[in-house]
Amino acid sequence: MQFNIEINDQEVSAKRGETIKNVLDRIGIQVPTLCYMNGFSPSGGCRMCVVEVDGISELVPSCSHFVTEWMKIKTHSPRVLKARKILVELLLAGHPDDCHYCERNGSCELQELAAGMNIRERKYHGKRRQVQIDKACSSIVRDPAKCVLCGRCIRVCDEVIGAFAIDVVGRGSESRIGTSYNKGLNMQGCIKCGQCIMVCPTAALTEKSNFQVVLDALSNPELFPVIQFSPTIPGSVAEAFNIKASKDILNLLRSALKKLGFKQVFDVSMAADLAIMEEASEFVSRLNKHENLPMLTSCCPGWVRYVEESRPHWLPNLSTANSPQQIMGRLIKNYISTSAGQKPENVFVVSVMPCTAKKHEAASDRMKDGITCNVDAVLTTRELVKMIRLLGIEMNSLEPEPSDTAFSMRSSAGNLFGISGGHLEALMRTVHFMITGQELNPIKINELRGLKNKKEARVKAGKTFFSVAAVNGLASAKTLLDEVEAGRADYQIIEVMACPYGCINGGGQMRGGDEKNLKARMKALYDVDDEEIIKVSHKNPVILDLYEKFLAKPGSGQNMELLHVIRTSTENR
Amino acid sequence: MAILNTPENKEFLVEKILKSYSTIFDKANSDRLALVKRDKVIHPVIYIGTGTCGLIAGAGNTLTAVEQYLEKNNLDAEIIHVGCIGLCSMEPLLDVQLPGKSRISFHHATEDRVEGLLDAVFHHLLLEETVLGQYKHPGHEDWANMPYVLQMPFFALQHRNILRNSGIISPWSVDDYIAHGGYRSLYKTVLNYTSDKVCEIVDQSELRGRGGGGYPTGKKWALALGTGSDQKYLICNADESDPGAFMNRAIIEGDPHRVIEGIAISAYAIGASNAYIYVRSDYEQSLVILEKALSQAKEYGFVGENIFNSGFNLHIHIRQGAGAFVCGEETALIASIEGKRGIPQSKPPFPAEKGLFGHPTIVNNIETLANIPSIMENGPGWFKSIGIRESRGTKIFSIAGKATHTGFIEIEMGTTISDIVVSIAGGTKGNKQLKAVQFGGPSGVCLPVQDLNTPVGYESLRALGSSLGLGGIIILDEDTCMVNLSKYFMEFLQKESCGKCIPCREGTRRMRNILEEITRRPREDSSHETLERFKGVVELESLAEVIRDTSLCGLGRNAPNPVLSSLKWFREEYEEHIFDRKCKAGICHDLRTFFIDVEACNGCNICKKKCPENAIIGSVKLPHFIVESKCTGCGICFDCCKFNAIYFK
Repeated sequence: MQFNIEINDQEVSAKRGETIKNVLDRIGIQVPTLCYMNGFSPSGGCRMCVVEVDGISELVPSCSHFVTEWMKIKTHSPRVLKARKILVELLLAGHPDDCHYCERNGSCELQELAAGMNIRERKYHGKRRQVQIDKACSSIVRDPAKCVLCGRCIRVCDEVIGAFAIDVVGRGSESRIGTSYNKGLNMQGCIKCGQCIMVCPTAALTEKSNFQVVLDALSNPELFPVIQFSPTIPGSVAEAFNIKASKDILNLLRSALKKLGFKQVFDVSMAADLAIMEEASEFVSRLNKHENLPMLTSCCPGWVRYVEESRPHWLPNLSTANSPQQIMGRLIKNYISTSAGQKPENVFVVSVMPCTAKKHEAASDRMKDGITCNVDAVLTTRELVKMIRLLGIEMNSLEPEPSDTAFSMRSSAGNLFGISGGHLEALMRTVHFMITGQELNPIKINELRGLKNKKEARVKAGKTFFSVAAVNGLASAKTLLDEVEAGRADYQIIEVMACPYGCINGGGQMRGGDEKNLKARMKALYDVDDEEIIKVSHKNPVILDLYEKFLAKPGSGQNMELLHVIRTSTENR
Repeated sequence: MAILNTPENKEFLVEKILKSYSTIFDKANSDRLALVKRDKVIHPVIYIGTGTCGLIAGAGNTLTAVEQYLEKNNLDAEIIHVGCIGLCSMEPLLDVQLPGKSRISFHHATEDRVEGLLDAVFHHLLLEETVLGQYKHPGHEDWANMPYVLQMPFFALQHRNILRNSGIISPWSVDDYIAHGGYRSLYKTVLNYTSDKVCEIVDQSELRGRGGGGYPTGKKWALALGTGSDQKYLICNADESDPGAFMNRAIIEGDPHRVIEGIAISAYAIGASNAYIYVRSDYEQSLVILEKALSQAKEYGFVGENIFNSGFNLHIHIRQGAGAFVCGEETALIASIEGKRGIPQSKPPFPAEKGLFGHPTIVNNIETLANIPSIMENGPGWFKSIGIRESRGTKIFSIAGKATHTGFIEIEMGTTISDIVVSIAGGTKGNKQLKAVQFGGPSGVCLPVQDLNTPVGYESLRALGSSLGLGGIIILDEDTCMVNLSKYFMEFLQKESCGKCIPCREGTRRMRNILEEITRRPREDSSHETLERFKGVVELESLAEVIRDTSLCGLGRNAPNPVLSSLKWFREEYEEHIFDRKCKAGICHDLRTFFIDVEACNGCNICKKKCPENAIIGSVKLPHFIVESKCTGCGICFDCCKFNAIYFK
């Protein structure tokens, strides 16, 4: 039902069931907020978005109050402005005064609010809470002192990820976000996806920084630092530096990484091609033996951790192929380093990932002798951008640098790993080829593309139809698994990415990305697929060469150690 | 309990009494009923008040002493456990009813006094000072020269409807409740009325919610009844957490079946087949009584499947709350029953549309529900005739603080607060001057003496900036420091805030800090500090306004009430604390300055030894002296001086 309401003395039309904030957003009036998240149920906790409504004695929160006919609203009356200002001042009273040393200095929403409300002095002098920083986790650091208890992290963790790893504990002014039994994030359900970091308005949640470790490695003459980057990184770096994403961005990034001091630059997409070869042959062999189907993909470390912790009975279905990051790391340490004349322990492998869970994955995958990791340090997109800025590299005036190592040769299929549905699409291309000996035609699987949480497709290979599904956001995956367990759904392959829409929206990406940014990141990946000549992993000459000279044929036991990993339930560790 | 709880009685009471549409019975039935109701007793009956207040005062030991006495003297008497009649400060209460005689009540019947009391009563020789009074009954012979309980000032001004049975009948026996007219309303309602009709009757009675908000109960029910859903819930809110409030506990412990009957009728009215009673887990006695009552009601078929063959099913579940103040708020209470953290949700949607487990839910205060059986029995007109416009019926209050009589009372709406304080509660204890009345718990206000002529009612109290609240009254005398009291309430509220919204979580904390600053010992009495303190009070007001304006739930919105009202009426006390650094009542420790009266001090040296700050100097047998700069005002010397030589300003 359509009716009129009055906002700041102006008539505006509104619909029944809209909140005041919906209408304000539509007509372009901004109200500040700390707890509101687009697409989530409103919590109404921060009260920052309050407005004055005629006939209601108290101020009402615009995010959760519905419009009614002829409602008269004042969004910026003196009473409202005063209330908002005092609310921010109250938050600041218990907040640490260390903006200069804060990770979020300059990108902090509380800082922005304080500046916006023209707060120029500390009005309330309150005792700071004495809290310990939670550093237990290898991916995420929690500093409860900086928390404003907006509850966004909890809602993302519950509603999108479904991990339920954190919640509010304590009461009143003793409230804080806590983990179960106060054990720290490393001890329970957390899958390290980092989505909480993406929504945190302050520096209460940050990634465990490897920034200094990498800088030290770069300046250590005894080390041979090399770097690998995930398929989404070129697009994200371009976005951060306002460069139009084009084909050249890959070479620009390569040049920037070289300028940072890395001796060699690798594209993880190549390892993704290798993973696809292994996965596809694994799938075909499972199909022939009628065992462990549906096959679940294993490239996402958040998802893998969830299966290990919470659904260990699904472990046999998980593909044993290692994640591209680890495959690349193992290849570099075991193979490429010797060809470059370096000892494996001197090679320092850094990877740049849009992901915080990769930090955890890298830390837990030790080399055979147990001394060093296959990947020594993982940087998030944010850390890389910071590093490029620190070292004064002007991205816009760099000369693009073509690849100087053969191991950067990739197919566009491997590049599709960055987005939900992309991994599956790439895999199906090779599966089709392995079963029929012919290329999938058309090569694109449109049903698996687009920004949706669940995508399904039926792919025909020879005479058989394969039902496959790609889900993103762990909560959707949980629902899908429930359906499969209950016998209401049947698939041959299920691809899962824990972050909503996949790595393009990973927990290590730049903060504040909206739907427009996501679409751009997605387009960048699909554009590569359109433009490049080699669109399937099994045609990547480097891969074929590797298999010929160095590896046994895809899926055979000898490749186990290098390209596969046997995952076990956390209970058995 | 010889007469109660026998199978024959069950049939008699249910078939002949409960299901009778008339209250006049033939001779055989009325004789038998008189026996059950103890209008006529063959053996002596001894009643002992074993509610929580009685037990705390020693009723457990009294009971043992009575049993020993009966055994020793080889007497055959029935012992009946009853709830509290309301005079908690006089507990333990022991009543004796001899055959043919009026029931007579003794106050402060502790175990050591039992023998004397029972000796006296069995020999018909009563000592007047031990007697509270006797209950007038047409069929009983009065005790000579003994006052009547219900004519005492404490009871005379009350209008006891919900509490009618409290302290009189046994809460442990469903038979006793039926014999006193119980469950007839339920029977009448489920067989004769539609749900719509019940909502209509309750709406006509103009009953309003007794939990504080005062929303018309009938309207709320009609809203839930009109919401289509295959599952609806009724929740009885007995999560009473105001400091100094204990009415809900008294209702459960005095007359639990009235609550169950009220719930059953209300559930019928909204079409709910499941009901929850939410009680604080620390009300241990209430929980035991309630569980017993519920199992009896199930056994008699008043709760369960197909009640009275009407096709109406109702299952009642008891849920224990952990005692969080915020769980009295309905959405937080619902979250708590669901097993989640008890935090309020934004309204709308209201629970009547989407509540417990997503289904339409009505949350009613226990007192509201306890009103329902009488309304259904006597009709809406009867209920409307009690009380005043916009506030019909009676209201239960608990009286705590410095009153002569503390306990709980039920008065007609419209009774003035001064009647409650002066006449019923007997004013302040020990001839101290009455200073103020704290009304409505932590969300209420402090009313000064000049406002006490206000009649009790929803609108009259709203006009004073308060709300009826749950019904806690705390009486404050001249020894109370209003600043300290405000600080106490702020402390309580900031601890009990759920922490969800910023104004309540951070705002109450800052308000408490400011009050702490005012009552703290001066560090250095520079004018700068005084200015800071003064600024603090100004900020109190602006903070209070914002907390009131922006908080999510009622707890937050009303949190500044105690401070604002005391600031309004007792501003000079705040100023005294700020500028003169004095607390007239001597409550704020930090502001006390102690002196030694040279005349009275005999130099015993004890205070000097006990002073933790070594602030007292002086030689033995010579008057001592307190060094003001060292004294922290702890008051140890004051407490340990045997010669009253130490005083403070």
